[in-house]
Amino acid sequence: MRQRAFEEQNRSNWERLHALLQDLDRPRRKRQLSAAERETFPALYRSLCNDYALACSRHYSPALEQELHRMVLWGHRHLYAGRSAGLWRLVRFIAYGFPLALRRNQAYFWVACLLFLLPGLLLGVFCYQQPELIYSVMSESQVTQMESMYDPGNRNTGRLPERSAETDMMMFGHYISNNIGIGFRTFAGGMLFGLGSVLLLLFNGVFIGAVAGHLTRIGYHETFWPFVSGHGSFELTAIVICGASGLILGHALIAPGQRTRLQSLKRRAREALQLVMGAALMLLLAAFIEAFWSSSGVPAGLKYGVAALLWLLVALYLGLAGRGARGAG
Amino acid sequence: MLDTTRSHETPEGIELGIHIAGPVVRACAWAIDMLIRAGLYLLIAIPALFLGGLGFGLSMIILFLIEWFYPVYFELRQGATPGKRAMGLEVIHDDGTPVSWSASLIRNLLRTADFLPFLYATGLLSMLLNRNFQRLGDLAAGTLVVYRNEAVTRVEMPPVPARQPPRNLSRQERRTLLTFAERSPVLTVERRIELAEILSPLSGARGEQAVNRLHAYASWLAQGR
Repeated sequence: MRQRAFEEQNRSNWERLHALLQDLDRPRRKRQLSAAERETFPALYRSLCNDYALACSRHYSPALEQELHRMVLWGHRHLYAGRSAGLWRLVRFIAYGFPLALRRNQAYFWVACLLFLLPGLLLGVFCYQQPELIYSVMSESQVTQMESMYDPGNRNTGRLPERSAETDMMMFGHYISNNIGIGFRTFAGGMLFGLGSVLLLLFNGVFIGAVAGHLTRIGYHETFWPFVSGHGSFELTAIVICGASGLILGHALIAPGQRTRLQSLKRRAREALQLVMGAALMLLLAAFIEAFWSSSGVPAGLKYGVAALLWLLVALYLGLAGRGARGAG
Repeated sequence: MLDTTRSHETPEGIELGIHIAGPVVRACAWAIDMLIRAGLYLLIAIPALFLGGLGFGLSMIILFLIEWFYPVYFELRQGATPGKRAMGLEVIHDDGTPVSWSASLIRNLLRTADFLPFLYATGLLSMLLNRNFQRLGDLAAGTLVVYRNEAVTRVEMPPVPARQPPRNLSRQERRTLLTFAERSPVLTVERRIELAEILSPLSGARGEQAVNRLHAYASWLAQGR
């Protein structure tokens, strides 16, 4: 068949498909074509694919080939596009997708936990016993800054005295950008064969342990522990989960098993993403607690009580949520 | 091989041609995005200065969102950040479909790893070692940065009465004639004649007439008598 005849025969189909594709490009609410017309799309697209293959094998002119190829690409996009995420998917993710994903990858969580807790406990005990040790972890100015933040004479525990005029809202913003940023970086560190995540976990463990040990030793425990115990439940757990997500990436790269490194990375990254996004939501909550609850002037006893509840809540949520759910979110 | 076209076979058995974008054009796109982001930062930070602690807190949150989610937002909305759009690029999955939530998040969260130790050195190395110019984030997410398929206006073949070629032509030869006829409108007269005269042994004509003769053959090939 000659090219001209071929074009005349199929042109009307192509034009219908073109109009459909233009309609599909519009946002959902602004579409004009009816559902019945849209249902013809797969069939029209497949007949276009057929025409394109014919045009190629019959060596019709390159311009025709190009025109059809462009339409094929365009249609491919719409036919095989994934479903867009709705608010409902987020709710399902929080309700059971995230805890389920975490429990599927428990081993990584416990390894990350060890990497974080061991150096933390060690440094904590050492700093509690030896006054000078803190200076090998952080600089002198950092130590004085940290001491002034938790000085019982400071009205605004957990903040620098000279910044005490600033509102909780400001600290909320600071905690969000700082803590969630650290969480994301811990995840990204996994791309360096897991080394980045391991180092960030160790570093955070050492730093937090040293601060806790030192402040307890110099007698600031009455301000320090009530302040950190509440939001620590979400924050520390979330940092460990971010570390675990990095370890997943690292493990996929180091030991890909039956797949190529690339395939294994692609497959495991989806799983790791669920952990890091869940952890980011936990960090968001932690920032809220830290800015508006931990810093408030509530008596220490009540703070410890709430902290115990929060830790229990985290443990129950991560350990039990979604047990009855079928399939992962 | 410097060919940057990749093909992906679809379930319909069609080979999709995908045109991969290299490091230079992506760096340009990134620079444009950087300028836009810097502008946004200023736009937010200056009014926030007058709002005290509340403004500072809010601007920290907005800056955080811009830093991490600016690319994600635009990739999900229109397939590319404004910088990439300006350079005619877009982000797709390696199977040619539009980028999804999870892929966009993965490739943009892993940006930090690509940035190490400074200015995307790791990302550049990864792009140069990889035949699809993927940085680490692209590798993990399974995404490609490609040139957008712009709409091309089809040039009509010159309206010349059809004429049967003097002998049977092979497929390749027929295609060459069609290509010549379709490209003619964008060539200068001299170049057209120069090209047409290569086929003087076939057409038996020179100058302007050689061009017309080839157009007539092409017209015969496309529509018959």
